[in-house]
Amino acid sequence: MSDLITYLVSGVALGCTFALIGSGYVVIHRVTRVVNFAQGTFAVFGGFISYSLLDGTLPQGLAQLVTVVACGLIGLIVGLVAIGKPGTDPLIALIVTLGVSIFCAAVFITAWGQDPISPPGLRGSVSILGADVQRQRLLVVAATLLTFVALSLFFSRTYAGKGLTACASNPRAAALVGINVRRMGFMAFAVGGALGGLAGALISPSVALSFSSDLPFALSGFAAAVFGGLTSPGRTLLGGIVLGVTGQLVAGYLDGSFQTEVALLMMLAIMVVRSRTFVTEEAK
Amino acid sequence: MLTVEDVVVRYGSATALDRVSLRAEAGEMVALIGPNGAGKSTLVNAISGLVPVESGSIVTGGRVAQVPEGRQMFADMSVVDNLVLGAWRSGDRDPSRIFDLLPALRDFAHRKAGTLSGGQQQMVAVGRALMSDPQILVIDELSLGLAPLIVADLAVHLRTINRERGTTVVLIEQEVGLALELCSRAYVLEAGRITVSGTTEELADSPAVRAAYFGGLDVGKDIEL
Repeated sequence: MSDLITYLVSGVALGCTFALIGSGYVVIHRVTRVVNFAQGTFAVFGGFISYSLLDGTLPQGLAQLVTVVACGLIGLIVGLVAIGKPGTDPLIALIVTLGVSIFCAAVFITAWGQDPISPPGLRGSVSILGADVQRQRLLVVAATLLTFVALSLFFSRTYAGKGLTACASNPRAAALVGINVRRMGFMAFAVGGALGGLAGALISPSVALSFSSDLPFALSGFAAAVFGGLTSPGRTLLGGIVLGVTGQLVAGYLDGSFQTEVALLMMLAIMVVRSRTFVTEEAK
Repeated sequence: MLTVEDVVVRYGSATALDRVSLRAEAGEMVALIGPNGAGKSTLVNAISGLVPVESGSIVTGGRVAQVPEGRQMFADMSVVDNLVLGAWRSGDRDPSRIFDLLPALRDFAHRKAGTLSGGQQQMVAVGRALMSDPQILVIDELSLGLAPLIVADLAVHLRTINRERGTTVVLIEQEVGLALELCSRAYVLEAGRITVSGTTEELADSPAVRAAYFGGLDVGKDIEL
């Protein structure tokens, strides 16, 4: 029983990470129609930057905050590269983000080396129904839920958030009322970068990251985003948690090396089942 | 005031507007009529700055707002949010002045714009354009897909806006009777060129316009404003 509780909690925590990465896909795709394959790269940046900042430079909390801001800036730079040229086709931008993620792998090796690294997180554990659960994993869940509430408030209550929603809803009408749709796309990339960076900063104390960790993060985050139809952050959160818990149960009771395959199979199944819905949502 | 002078717009090798000139004085209502594909929407988008002009000039004496063809709502957002976003450039985000001008909007202020009827959406589109307090309002196909009674109601609102706020209105219409009834002057655009212009009375009496757009019938008799 305690094993099951441990797998469930760690699965929810990992799923929250996928959801944060996935919501980055959603925010960027809604505004720019670009599937940003550098989304996993933002998470790796998040883990590595927080590792460097926590190495005696900054205290916990502040280090993560600076990491999120830095990853937001990295997201903005990726956005400038991907959609900076007016009229860039979303498919071309997708390939550019893929190229950026490959380039960044070289940056990771140069700056942080090839060995997996893991910054210190919250120490200690709490007992839940007889199972010891790391405090860091509970922090991941709490921070994710807070982030999703903040995202919801940002999009529904702030003028900038409404502008982003307007660009997603009807780019032509947005341009007509004077919204610079391309600039909003840059903002979406910055938000996506911050979300990915937060995911990496939160999960890296529990899961050591290396230069090649971007791909599994990108795949799992994309699977969560696909669960939300690439439009709904709420359903992306649900998809991420389902994916994280499934992966942890598979790793705990079967074989840990199957986790990525589970993500891929799940994404495939969802895309097949929901293909009709995607067409309808795109038509809207 | 709006002055369009010798404007040329091309899409690749195709010429959409060929040395088009048009003028609307402050507080005037001017109609632009013409068949499908004549270049009316291109001219509207050029005036709004959405389409680059190859040569010629467009001088506006103030802010331009557009009511686009097909309403172009933010469908998943409320009417209030649609209105508020209309003030993106102007800064005054309080929609109460629009509710005073178009009181019917209050009845569905918190409904999603995508759930409204065509006439209601057109009213939201007009209100959204007015949120930027424009000196020039360009309306692309006010009557498209709407019942005559709803069009007549919208036309009354448009006259009120023009009279009370002194807003210059450029009305692009396929419903020529409505355009000539509402406006004091009109231009006929055909195949990217202005072919006829003058007061609406002159155009209504022009045999060429009557033959092309009314089949020789009396103008403006079908719509009571």
